[in-house]
Amino acid sequence: MTGASAPGRNPTDWKSDIMRKRIARRYAAERRFKAAGLFAVLLSAAFLAFLLITMMGNGLRGFTRTEIALKVDFPASPLLLDPGTITDEALNQANLPMVTGTVAKKALGGDADALLSPTAWVSIRDAIKADPAILSRTETISVPASTAIDLANKSEGSPEAEAQVARLKQQGVLSTGFNWSFLSASDGTDPTQVGIWGAFKGSLLTMLVTLALSFPIGVATALYLEEYARKNWLTDIIEVSINNLAAVPSIIFGLLGLSIFLNFLSLPRSAALVGGMTLALMTMPVIVIAGRNAIKSVPPSIRDAALGIGASPVQVVFHHVLPLALPGILTGTIIGMARALGETAPLLMIGMRAFIATPPGGVTDPATVLPVQIFLWSDEVSKGFVEKTSAAIIVLLAFLLAMNGLAIYLRNKFETRW
Amino acid sequence: MTPMTEAQNSLAIANPKMSARDVKVFYGEKQAIKGVSIDVDMDHVTAFIGPSGCGKSTFLRTLNRMNDTVASARVEGEITLDGENIYASSMDVVQLRARVGMVFQKPNPFPKSIYENIAYGPRIHGLAAAKADLDVVVEKSLRRAGLWEEVKDRLHDSGTALSGGQQQRLCIGRAIAVEPEVILMDEPCSALDPIATAKIEELIHELRGRYAIVIVTHNMQQAARVSQRTAFFHLGELVEYGVTSDIFTNPRQERTKDYITGRYG
Amino acid sequence: MTGPAILLLLAGLGAIAWVSARTRALRLQTVARASGRRDAVHSLPGYHGWYVALWTLIPAAIFLAVWANVAPGLVTQSVLSDPAAQSLPADAFSRASVLGEARAIATGSQAGAFNPQSQALVEPYRTATTKYGVAGAVLALLLAFAGGAYAFTRVRPDFRARTRVERLVMGTLLVASLIAIITTLGIVASLLWESFRFFSMVNPVDFLFGLKWSPQSAAMGYGNEDAFGAVPLFWGTIFIGAIIAMVVAIPLGLMSAIYLTQYASPTVRKWMKPTLEMLAGVPTVVYGYFAALTIAPALRDFAVAIGIHGASSESALAAGLVMGVMIIPFVSSMADDSIAAVPQSMRDGSLAMGATTSETIRKVLIPAALPGVVGGVLLAVSRAIGETMIVVMAAGLAANLTANPFASVTTVTTQIVQLLTGDQEFDSAKTLAAFALGLVLFIVTLLLNIVALRVVKKYREAYE
Repeated sequence: MTGASAPGRNPTDWKSDIMRKRIARRYAAERRFKAAGLFAVLLSAAFLAFLLITMMGNGLRGFTRTEIALKVDFPASPLLLDPGTITDEALNQANLPMVTGTVAKKALGGDADALLSPTAWVSIRDAIKADPAILSRTETISVPASTAIDLANKSEGSPEAEAQVARLKQQGVLSTGFNWSFLSASDGTDPTQVGIWGAFKGSLLTMLVTLALSFPIGVATALYLEEYARKNWLTDIIEVSINNLAAVPSIIFGLLGLSIFLNFLSLPRSAALVGGMTLALMTMPVIVIAGRNAIKSVPPSIRDAALGIGASPVQVVFHHVLPLALPGILTGTIIGMARALGETAPLLMIGMRAFIATPPGGVTDPATVLPVQIFLWSDEVSKGFVEKTSAAIIVLLAFLLAMNGLAIYLRNKFETRW
Repeated sequence: MTPMTEAQNSLAIANPKMSARDVKVFYGEKQAIKGVSIDVDMDHVTAFIGPSGCGKSTFLRTLNRMNDTVASARVEGEITLDGENIYASSMDVVQLRARVGMVFQKPNPFPKSIYENIAYGPRIHGLAAAKADLDVVVEKSLRRAGLWEEVKDRLHDSGTALSGGQQQRLCIGRAIAVEPEVILMDEPCSALDPIATAKIEELIHELRGRYAIVIVTHNMQQAARVSQRTAFFHLGELVEYGVTSDIFTNPRQERTKDYITGRYG
Repeated sequence: MTGPAILLLLAGLGAIAWVSARTRALRLQTVARASGRRDAVHSLPGYHGWYVALWTLIPAAIFLAVWANVAPGLVTQSVLSDPAAQSLPADAFSRASVLGEARAIATGSQAGAFNPQSQALVEPYRTATTKYGVAGAVLALLLAFAGGAYAFTRVRPDFRARTRVERLVMGTLLVASLIAIITTLGIVASLLWESFRFFSMVNPVDFLFGLKWSPQSAAMGYGNEDAFGAVPLFWGTIFIGAIIAMVVAIPLGLMSAIYLTQYASPTVRKWMKPTLEMLAGVPTVVYGYFAALTIAPALRDFAVAIGIHGASSESALAAGLVMGVMIIPFVSSMADDSIAAVPQSMRDGSLAMGATTSETIRKVLIPAALPGVVGGVLLAVSRAIGETMIVVMAAGLAANLTANPFASVTTVTTQIVQLLTGDQEFDSAKTLAAFALGLVLFIVTLLLNIVALRVVKKYREAYE
């Protein structure tokens, strides 16, 4: 301890009790702080897990439906159909819903109307179409049960429905099957008959319009700003506009769409065309910003090399810079499209909340999209819509996950360190 | 690869403040320090010299375990402070760093006031109970760092507003404020102009004896000016360690001689 | 001739123009090279092809675009001059409906007429449509030929076709980038114009400072006074987006960022960071549904259990909590960036003094990163107050001026949706109020963003 005697020093006694206690306190604070950080991470993750589990718990049931095996004695039924001439028209005129009701009453008792879904007759129609020969014999056909029975079978129905379910189970006619019509049908009034196909097709058409507009415009803007634009007032305004658009709340774009596209340009209301245009304006800044970063990361040496062998500036960009920047641009585009796919508010503004019972045929037909369909179903009073809403959410999340996964894959695959 | 022997370490220090025995440092697979043994005493300024990349800064950072902050770094061997192994589990790294202070290559005052910069250490270590005590510590530390006269009227200005040389003296004052036993200086003048450098060197002279000082420098003149002991590092090895005047006038090792005379580095 | 057919024909012409011009250029250049004038060849043959093809397509396309807007007017005019149109009613509205019906029948989108007058006009309509359709097609094709022929005569070895084509490319790029400006102007213009109309019906002072919001009463004819006081909306927006959501998002986001950057092992960081980012990728409608279905009832039951009065199943707290969770990754990534921007030497300096990691973070890193964090929080607030679906689904419609988080409040975005999704005529004050609210929202988010970006930029510069 040579230094202890040095003049003016009053060394700290680190071994003293006070110091030891103080150090212990500081380490305790350190542990608490670290634990608080871990807690924050875990709490956030737990919330995500809670959300996903809730949706799964509610939604997976939406993909199944309760079916009742209905014994149909065709010759004895009031059905007037000639097995030789089964056409769509003949089936439509045969008043199948009424016939189904009669048959069901005979097979299941007086309360049969409450047991079957309003769309039960569709199963019978499809069965006849598939094999007209059944018209001459007695056939057992699985038809969807009503919402009340469906809920009771999935164990949260009214006492009355529970009793009916118990009875049906005793008769051995109750079964659970995959609800194919949820994927192939569109919106409806009864939870047992609704499906996501209409909204899904609307989303698809809307995304096509969005992509067709925002991708070329976004890439062109990114190329112009990064490669050609001189530093002047016009460039400044473009940059400010893009950064500003990227931060504008999505609902403002809806107001723009309503006021400009619908009222000023008189484009069709509720159409995928207008929805796509509105979302394209929202997505474009995302693509521009991602595109500029991707273009920026192409090293200048490549441009110099191309210019050095006599390529024109346009050739440099289209032959060398753009292909190298493309993976980055695509990643940004997919992320922007994923955001657009989940967007709801601006589409409400332009009327894409219509009741769409038939899928749109083109971009100018009235349409709705998946998130808006979710919103509409979430407003329904009938309890059967809860699982349908959650099931639609699962479909939407699956698509978003797939898109983001693709973006991450692209980024990792093409990530280049220059 | 010449292993460290007593022949090269011409100094036998009886009562070393810090001593290292066969210290090896690895960054992942790469070995940066290849078995260094050295003693540092209280009464002299010790300079580590050598070409850049020779490991002198890396070795310096092992002396107060700053290498712990680098995830891939691994230290082998033994380093003691007053005979106590600083890599032992009983050694508390927080205390160690309070006892072995460090001044960095680039002045790094916190973006706080001058007063707060100095008060930071005493506050976290609980060395000043009352505000009045803290004021005393701040003034004493700034005086010792030779900065008091320049800043006494603007103690609450930002530390980052000072000139580079003043900032570095502030950082020295900050290190002094916790009453360390050893001060490690990692090329403290490399970012400064000659006048500021002269002031720091003068300060080192004044601090000598009160603290064990180890200074890393790539500037041989500076080593000759400020130190009494010099260690020459090359390629992660300690090539020669001795009294500064001996090293510069009469190096025993060929490599030391080549470096001193400017053949490489 | 139908539209798609003309477009196909034009595309075909363009392709022919490209091929023939390229062939010609190729031949001319072979000749020029053979005669040893190598430097006389300026552009590759492909560029000559493009030059001629573009001259073929663009004028015709522009003409068709103009024609598509002009032709319907010409058709109507010609129908009106038909003798059968003499008996049409003079009143413009019924005249338009008759014409509309006739047009629908003529184009085949309607099977029969309700109005016999329309039936009489169907034939003239068809004739006129065909006449102008053919005229348009012929003119377009003529233009295409003329353009192509003109360009074709310019194909020579020394003609700078590449320069011309590239100039067009550059022009296209410039026009594309102007769309951003046009969109911004479109937003500003539409918001300003509709708001202006609103403020001609409702005093701006009443709107901005009025305490009572009940547009329904205005719609029911009770007058506009006292119906459009937006303060409860502003309060609700701030209460949910800037207070409750931030109370959730700032600590969780900041602490997550700190843990993941300063403490977590690389493996944990690699998995947890994308996991937290997933929170930002979940669509807001899903959050809204979750808030309404799960969180809000639970909170109401909780509030009732602890004896809070006025607890509603649509509460500010439910919406704010869920919105806060949505914002976590946003705050976290901004905090992450800001802390990463603090130089390593600060951290080393503090650790070398014997500070623990948490002391270094709390007393050095966070104070140093504070401007960046504050900027990030401002951006997060701007995002939260513009968020729509969560509040639409979970916050309710009651314009309460309350600080009780279990009560229902409404927000600017909720009301915009509410005002515009009913069956309303477009000129009522009730509908236009949505645009005035939109204008306020736009201005506030814009200001927040500008301030935030300034703060962040200044802070970044401080460490460069």
